[in-house]
Amino acid sequence: MNPLKTFPKGGVHPKENKLSANEPIINIPLPKQIIVPMGQCLGAPADCIVQKGDTVKTGQLIGTAKGFVSANVHSPATGTVAKVDTVMDHTGYYKPAVFINVEDDQWADGIDTTDELLTEIKLDSKEIIDRIKECGIVGMGGATFPTHIKLMIPEGKKAEYVIINAAECEPYLTCDNRLLLEKTQEFLMGVKIVMKAVNADKGVVGIEKNKASAIELLDKTIASNPELYAGIMVQPLKTKYPQGGEKQIIKAITGREVPSGKLPIETGCVVVNVSSSFAIYEAVQKHKPLIDRIVTVTGLSVKKPSNFKVRFGTPANLLIDEAGGLPENTTNIINGGPMMGKSVSVTDFPVIKGTSGILLMSDKEAQPRNTTNCIRCGKCMSVCPMGLEPYLLNREAKFDLFDETEKHHIMDCIECGSCEFTCPANIPLLDYIRYGKARTGAIIRSRNQK
Amino acid sequence: MNNILIVSLLVLGVLGGVLAVILYFVAQKFKVEENPLIEEVESHLAGANCGGCGFAGCHNFAEACVKAAAEKHSLSGLYCPSSNMQEVADVLKLSVEASEPKIAVLRCNGSCENSPAKVHYEGADICAFANTLYAGKGGCSKGCLGLGDCVKKCPFDALHLDPVTGLPAVDPDKCVACGACVKACPRGLFEIRPRGKNDRRVYVCCSNTDKGAITMKSCKVGCIACQKCFKTCPFEAIEMRGNLAYIDPTKCKSCRKCVEVCPRGTIWEVNFPPRKPKVEAAESAKPINVTPESIEIKATV
Amino acid sequence: MNQFTISGSPHVHGSESTKKIMISVIIALLPAFLAAIYFFGWNAIRVTVLSVAVCVLAEWLIQKFLIKGPVTISDGSAVVTGMLLAFNVPSNLPWWMVVVGALVAIGIGKMSFGGLGKNPFNPALVGRVFMLVSFPTAMTTWPTTHPLFGTAVTDAITGPTPLSVLKESVKGGMSIDQILASPDMPRFVDQILGNRGGAFGEMCVIALLLGGLFLIIRKVIDWQTPVVILATVFVFTGICHLVNPEMYVNPIFHLVSGGLILGAFFMATDMATSPMTITGKIIFAVGIGVITVVIRLWGAYPEGVSFAILIMNAFTPLINKGFKPKRFGVVKQ
Repeated sequence: MNPLKTFPKGGVHPKENKLSANEPIINIPLPKQIIVPMGQCLGAPADCIVQKGDTVKTGQLIGTAKGFVSANVHSPATGTVAKVDTVMDHTGYYKPAVFINVEDDQWADGIDTTDELLTEIKLDSKEIIDRIKECGIVGMGGATFPTHIKLMIPEGKKAEYVIINAAECEPYLTCDNRLLLEKTQEFLMGVKIVMKAVNADKGVVGIEKNKASAIELLDKTIASNPELYAGIMVQPLKTKYPQGGEKQIIKAITGREVPSGKLPIETGCVVVNVSSSFAIYEAVQKHKPLIDRIVTVTGLSVKKPSNFKVRFGTPANLLIDEAGGLPENTTNIINGGPMMGKSVSVTDFPVIKGTSGILLMSDKEAQPRNTTNCIRCGKCMSVCPMGLEPYLLNREAKFDLFDETEKHHIMDCIECGSCEFTCPANIPLLDYIRYGKARTGAIIRSRNQK
Repeated sequence: MNNILIVSLLVLGVLGGVLAVILYFVAQKFKVEENPLIEEVESHLAGANCGGCGFAGCHNFAEACVKAAAEKHSLSGLYCPSSNMQEVADVLKLSVEASEPKIAVLRCNGSCENSPAKVHYEGADICAFANTLYAGKGGCSKGCLGLGDCVKKCPFDALHLDPVTGLPAVDPDKCVACGACVKACPRGLFEIRPRGKNDRRVYVCCSNTDKGAITMKSCKVGCIACQKCFKTCPFEAIEMRGNLAYIDPTKCKSCRKCVEVCPRGTIWEVNFPPRKPKVEAAESAKPINVTPESIEIKATV
Repeated sequence: MNQFTISGSPHVHGSESTKKIMISVIIALLPAFLAAIYFFGWNAIRVTVLSVAVCVLAEWLIQKFLIKGPVTISDGSAVVTGMLLAFNVPSNLPWWMVVVGALVAIGIGKMSFGGLGKNPFNPALVGRVFMLVSFPTAMTTWPTTHPLFGTAVTDAITGPTPLSVLKESVKGGMSIDQILASPDMPRFVDQILGNRGGAFGEMCVIALLLGGLFLIIRKVIDWQTPVVILATVFVFTGICHLVNPEMYVNPIFHLVSGGLILGAFFMATDMATSPMTITGKIIFAVGIGVITVVIRLWGAYPEGVSFAILIMNAFTPLINKGFKPKRFGVVKQ
């Protein structure tokens, strides 16, 4: 095993609570109706290309990417389009979605649904990226940035490393861990495909040491076929949040820092999530579009914390029921992990590409806030992985001093929430910083346009 | 002893003299020639730097006025909602068209009662931030978030959050229609409307453009786009904007027929005398005759 | 149906809170308090309890009736201020002086700026310096110790602090060796244990170090501030001692005498009034060390820690502006 690495600056260590780490992935049967939101990725929502009454097959394209940052949407089931309407998704807003009455699970033509491991990569780099674009693959860690854009290396840049972000530094979540354990070979093939796509010779799987069995299994699998998996290595990382931040994991593994305001490719690195890597394998080798994912349903009060394989558009309450029902004392429902996830106001929001977990928090886990005065202890600053001054940004954003926030590099904030996690005065630091960041960003954009 | 006194007096005196001379030259060198008219115009402005005129502050507006007077001999397009433009015009020896008095109105009535809270919000008291997190306590994605961004931005202290309704209430005596609240609200719920004849006005107190069925779920008094008012209005003053009725103040004659037909009490009439009881007395239970009046009164208290 | 909570991420929170930090400081001060009770008996309890009570009461009254805002006395910060203030005064101080000092500490030092975290100066030191300037005689008349199990001495007997003995004697033309040998000067062991004249909370070096260590282990304070202050004092007085051993006493003596240990561990590390970054804290600490030594060796007062900390408190905003944390992703040109 390689020595542990980590990023040097800041970071916190929340309770890991990986309750479902040993729960095998369970398939969730298709519900009677699935509701597929058109906006499942960062950027513009897809354009719906089906109408009421159309019959669709599993894996058939139903929404086409609109604009540069956007991804295709495919039908997760076979059935009839009941209506094209709006649905309240995890954002709490009504967004356009396709309602499909599920009748069957007939896959569209040309999709290989067998479990056979295909090790020969027939496509070349450009074809791979086109395939990824066609299959609508996005970053499945939660940010949902379309993957094909990430893999298009700009002119004059060279990708040296493909880094697989398997840190899963968010507490509670275990979906990547399970995928690594159960689909090890497919995952590693996915890494190979990405390496071929960006023409990199080194692939590094960055994984926190609390996933010891996955590290062992990966090492063993690579050792069993060193020729096939040439260039891929496993790098154990210290368990520390936000180890899985793109900039942090690059720093931890390569020691290079992404310059402020620049993209990771400046350091010769391409970072891909575990689930995305597996999806890339399925897309490239099996021609299977992205229509399902692993979702962790967890929480200290949840009866059966589990990992489910879910088709998109399945309402979340179906998963919650499968995990033993909604606990009585649930106060927060979170789409994603506890550090960066988003609170949801309803239980029936549809699962989408970015839903890495559904966290049901009880009143004990999410204590109500009792904000007191800032005592200027500087803890927020010492845990900030980006070396910012959250207490200062908080105050400046509160009073709309956006010249100041820009001067103090608010745009560098990765919104990891370490500052707010550690604040002894319970100040909603990140709320104010996010507000300040949005406003400052708007000011900068409008200035650049002039 | 005397020596010390004299020496200190001399040193300080000379120092003061030298500095005065330096200051004089510096002041001469950096003197800014400014039209005295600008200062005079500014003295007639409210001085709140509210930005209601579209300029960064009162001084910039005064500059613009003087410039416009010199170049175009007219003040067209320049209007300060918070001051008497006649005074400004007098200073510049121009005439000004009488402008209608206006007021800011909140086009949402999603109070705690009408749009009961379905979730609990915990976080920064900034509407603009809460807007990115969720649709709102009551579930209306176009309604008031009740955290008071508008109250913080009002330079005339004319807005206050009403603890009963949870909505900001406009103080009609203090509001000068500067428009700061219009800019502050992340959901654009405020509108600057003419105060109307005798301070009487009719408007749709809702901004929800969702479909009727969705609006119904979140709010008792939201516009469901039934178009009754649209069809009833004898002056074609009502237009449907998406799933929302809008009363054009320039066409509205304040006949109040729309108020009568609205099934949800979304259209408000303000400062009208109470109606005579009608034959259909059962109808009087409708909230429309009561709510707006009482809230307006509360606002002035 | 449950009413769910909507909040921005993160949804979990660390276990640290202002109250816990304050309680840690109180616990850290307890050993010194016990030592003070041992050496000064009933008087130490009297002054401490009075000071704490007045501080808490003053904060409650001001928050309740003057500011009419939320009352936050339960966070324990007023208790800490009260204890630190009491530790800085002679144990036989008249009760009304303690009350005045506590009122000034909370009223002027803390609440007038907006309460916890908004005060630019350490409130306990504001109270202490106010008393020192207002009641110079009472504040510099130190009762001698009378250990509980030792020979009983009445309160009326007063003795000077080692630092004031030093200052007066050096002025009087005595050499350091003569001074150290004089009967007025406590033995080194007594210095460490706290069996000497002075403010009752600042004397027992061992107990204070124990408390300071606890705070460092609990991560309430950074070790850099106290260590750098002590190192600066040691180096500065050491140089002076080497240059002229006749005039300047050895550095160890400076470290263990006066309020240096109490100031370095408990007052210079006050979060609200010290810089944020480690670099800033080191600059701050060096400043305190240098000013302390300058006042002790060449100033009018025998002791200078309080003034040094207050002066550096004033520089804190400037230090915070000048010394920023190192940002991630700053490319070296």
